[in-house]
Amino acid sequence: MGNPRVAFFDFSSCEGCQLQVANMGEDLLAVLGAIDVVEFREVMSEKGEYDVAVIEGSITTSHDVERIKKIRAKAKVLIAYGSCATTGGVNGMKNNFELDDIRNYVYQKAAKYFETIPTRAVHQVVPVDYSVNGCPVYLPEFVKVLKCALAGIPYKVPDHAVCVECKLNENECMYDKGLTCLGPVTKAGCNSWCVNNNNVCYGCRGMVTNPAENGAKDILAKHDIPIEWVENKMNMYNKAREFDKKEEDHGKKC
Amino acid sequence: MGRNVNVNVEYLTRVEGHGNIVVNVRDGVLEKCELDVIESPRFFEGMLRGRSIFEAQHITSRICGICSCGHTLASIQAAEDAIGFKPSKQTTELRKFLLHMETLDSHILHIYLLVAPDLLGVKSFVPLISSHNEVVRRALRMKKWCNDVCDILVGRHVHPISSIVGGFTKLPDVKALDAMLDILTKMRPDMDETVKLAASLKFPQFERETEYIALVNDTDEYPFLEGDIGSTDGKRWKKKDYRQVTNEFMVEHSSAKFCKANRESYMVGALARFNLNAAKLHPKAKAVADAIGMKPIVKNPYLNTAAQLIESVHCLEDAIRILEDFQKKGIDPKEAVVVGLNENNAVKVHAGNGVGAVEVPRGILFHDYEVDAKGVIVNANCIIPTGQNLNNIEYDMKKLVPEILDKTDEEITLALEMLVRAYDPCISCSAHFLNVKFVNR
Repeated sequence: MGNPRVAFFDFSSCEGCQLQVANMGEDLLAVLGAIDVVEFREVMSEKGEYDVAVIEGSITTSHDVERIKKIRAKAKVLIAYGSCATTGGVNGMKNNFELDDIRNYVYQKAAKYFETIPTRAVHQVVPVDYSVNGCPVYLPEFVKVLKCALAGIPYKVPDHAVCVECKLNENECMYDKGLTCLGPVTKAGCNSWCVNNNNVCYGCRGMVTNPAENGAKDILAKHDIPIEWVENKMNMYNKAREFDKKEEDHGKKC
Repeated sequence: MGRNVNVNVEYLTRVEGHGNIVVNVRDGVLEKCELDVIESPRFFEGMLRGRSIFEAQHITSRICGICSCGHTLASIQAAEDAIGFKPSKQTTELRKFLLHMETLDSHILHIYLLVAPDLLGVKSFVPLISSHNEVVRRALRMKKWCNDVCDILVGRHVHPISSIVGGFTKLPDVKALDAMLDILTKMRPDMDETVKLAASLKFPQFERETEYIALVNDTDEYPFLEGDIGSTDGKRWKKKDYRQVTNEFMVEHSSAKFCKANRESYMVGALARFNLNAAKLHPKAKAVADAIGMKPIVKNPYLNTAAQLIESVHCLEDAIRILEDFQKKGIDPKEAVVVGLNENNAVKVHAGNGVGAVEVPRGILFHDYEVDAKGVIVNANCIIPTGQNLNNIEYDMKKLVPEILDKTDEEITLALEMLVRAYDPCISCSAHFLNVKFVNR
């Protein structure tokens, strides 16, 4: 049996996650030894059949919807990686506006040529087998998920708060510095990357399923921070989560 | 009796973003010659409205993974200009250093992984793993080292963390400075090998007169972060007047926004910078230019890759100089900033307009923000290097195709692909400039 054939595809995104993969350096060659990369448009001209599809980017046009359905139909395993693919990412901010308003603002007279639909994460359009959250993806997690996918073992994105990792890293709490941080409500797995560098968490990995709401409200009250600030910030990466909510309302599993 | 040629390259590979090349020649006459950008629109300028100016950098760095540090720095410059904040000398030097790392990283990626396969006659770097193993290892190693330095300085290269409006949230200590300097010193022998390899590559012959635009200044510094906007046609503008340079205009039967300054089109990027500022390059970079016979004004766009090579040497050497300076004078840790959403009013804010003009790997990048008294963004505009180059690329293609009609369709296609690739286009960045042509079908 040959190596599994892996294809990388990009939808609406900055392509920074595929760059993260290319940034592995010489370790990339070891990964390439275990898989056959059959499509990776940013760095390759070859194209071919595949077993595993690795998807970057959000679904933002009707053409995207058709394309992702075709890829899903061909792939045995589908991995969504990066915030754009897993939560809609920053592309979701578009959903804060009327689509016509934002199209006219950016493209004026030419707006009618730029078809666009509300931003959705990949799992909101086709079933996804594995997710690697984050903007950009955290490489150790990406490699772990790739290994799980190749071995056929399930991988679950951590569902506890970034604060857990942040405490282990002995960072000073951003709230104690008077700043608004999304660590308390955001899924861990990034090793509190941003806070380690003295910036706040922006919620790029998506919200935990069961945020400690009362605890979070207590923290906000203690530091006199309006909850709207947190909500506004949450909508930077997570506006598209509204599509998950709608599905839940219909009693479907998301 | 002329010949017919139909080139239709769907999903051009080894470029950033999605584009098609369409060329039609009937009876030896060029009927159509287009570079279509088919990237999904992402509406960044629209999405910025209503967000805090202190979030602008975080959001706009996500326009592009490859030039996320460049977008970060252009965004910060525009934001600080708008609210009236002046960065310290230390901050400015560190920002210049960060920009060097990105330019170096991006040029290495382009020279080795995107261009070299064409010149070595293969489809991608993958076959080179067996045929030119040491070359591929060197490329990946150099890229990784640039990334390692960015990890130390700003947390990571793709979407840097600690570089924000006001300065840096985290500053390198003595150990971090030493570590970065170690890495860059180690890179020197690899850079020597890169120069040897690139000097041995044969670039296609082709020339077209055009206008070159890049930052210029009155100092000895080869400008990347600061300066006025200059042109090889002798014009000079303040950065706030960037719209007089870009002159976006609509084309009949097309939704494309094109740019032009004093001629039908202009070029930005490494070759433009070289043509305007070659005299200010580091001596080692100048020596490379001499060795490969590059002398301003170079009119062959394929040689943009050679200009990138020269700049790579410059960026490495100037980055080492900045670090050595910091080793001597030290870094003041008290300059680290705690800003967030400016909850503590750490940075004073007033209403205003601001423009950032920064030389990123692919050319001059403009960010323009209008903010209200609270620092909330009212209007935003970003003009991306590739957007400015699209018009110039099409004019190049229109001149090139008639000159190579004696070649096969495959050879013409490859020549066009290589031409577009030479510009190192970043189509996901330029999506706001969608150059879609609607052909009657």
